[in-house]
Amino acid sequence: MKLLLNLFTSFARIGGLTFGGGYAMLPMLQRELVEDKHWVTEEELMDYYAIGQCTPGVIAINTATFVGYKMAGILGGIFATIGVVFPSWIIITIIAMFVQHFAEYAAVQHALAGITVCVFVLILDAVIKLGKKSLKDKCSILIFLLVFCISLFTNISSAYLIIFSGILGVIICTIKTKIAKNTLEKQKEDIR
Amino acid sequence: MIYLRLFWEYFKIGLFSIGGGLATLPFLQDLCKKTDWFTTKDLSNLIAISECTPGPLGVNMATYTGNITAGISGSIIATLGLVAPSIIIIIIIAHFLNSFKDSKIVQNVLYGLRPASSALIAVAMCSVATVALLHLNLFNETNNILSIFDVKGIILAILLFIGVKKIKAHPVVYIAIAAVCGIIFNF
Repeated sequence: MKLLLNLFTSFARIGGLTFGGGYAMLPMLQRELVEDKHWVTEEELMDYYAIGQCTPGVIAINTATFVGYKMAGILGGIFATIGVVFPSWIIITIIAMFVQHFAEYAAVQHALAGITVCVFVLILDAVIKLGKKSLKDKCSILIFLLVFCISLFTNISSAYLIIFSGILGVIICTIKTKIAKNTLEKQKEDIR
Repeated sequence: MIYLRLFWEYFKIGLFSIGGGLATLPFLQDLCKKTDWFTTKDLSNLIAISECTPGPLGVNMATYTGNITAGISGSIIATLGLVAPSIIIIIIIAHFLNSFKDSKIVQNVLYGLRPASSALIAVAMCSVATVALLHLNLFNETNNILSIFDVKGIILAILLFIGVKKIKAHPVVYIAIAAVCGIIFNF
């Protein structure tokens, strides 16, 4: 029960601080789940993000369900997910009832412009951390550049890019093991 | 009856929108045409509100329409409808992922997914950067290459980055500082 409440409050905190969509959540997730609580590793977080992209639903919600399920089963998944949407629910309920023209206030817009700069810096920091973990060899750097360019310059959905990279991963690893086997056999022959 | 309808419509949106929060937008536009729950103006207002409040657009929209059609309980039902497909599908995937985590093929797929995931986040970062640090419309008007850069934004970004690297405080600290700077210096 304590763990469930812990999941709920952690994800409520993350949900309440995520301005600007699912990607902006990454720095919060890294801080809260990887560095503070040690619930998941950086690699696991990346896997969840990737899978969350090509399955139905918003990334923020998918990631919450993943981490919650890993920590405390089905109930954990439900608690973490409800936690992550809870702050938005409260805020929008208040806005719907009282302040219809919230977004039109000048102070809100200036604060938002400042926050956007900060979101950029936080994502930059997160990308640097992820890059160090995920770009370990030439092939992974190649996949990174390929997906980066395709996504930047075309309108192909990121869901397809994720599926394509998964297949690419299998092909590259198969070729790699084959090459390794061949060189091993060659070495054996050379010894003979 | 309205509760069931709300749950079902948002359940479908949760099931068919893949990716980030904005992926829900086309489905919400359809819903706007199909029902009289909200107008196109409501939708564009909500997009603006979603940008300056935390949380994905889909969740905000579900809460908002639930609220205006059937009060607080309506907003709860609509939001639950939106997240229900994710919870079900992700729990099934997470279950299989746990069982097959050590299998060779899953490992190889993940080998491909990790750099791709980083790349997509880097692309998202670029689009945030164009909003935060550049004045594209000012550049179109004046054609002066220097006017494209938002000097205030870039200075703030550099200071925040140094802060993030040196002090390592919780991200919310930097968000609060940035919001205050935005108001004081008229961003």
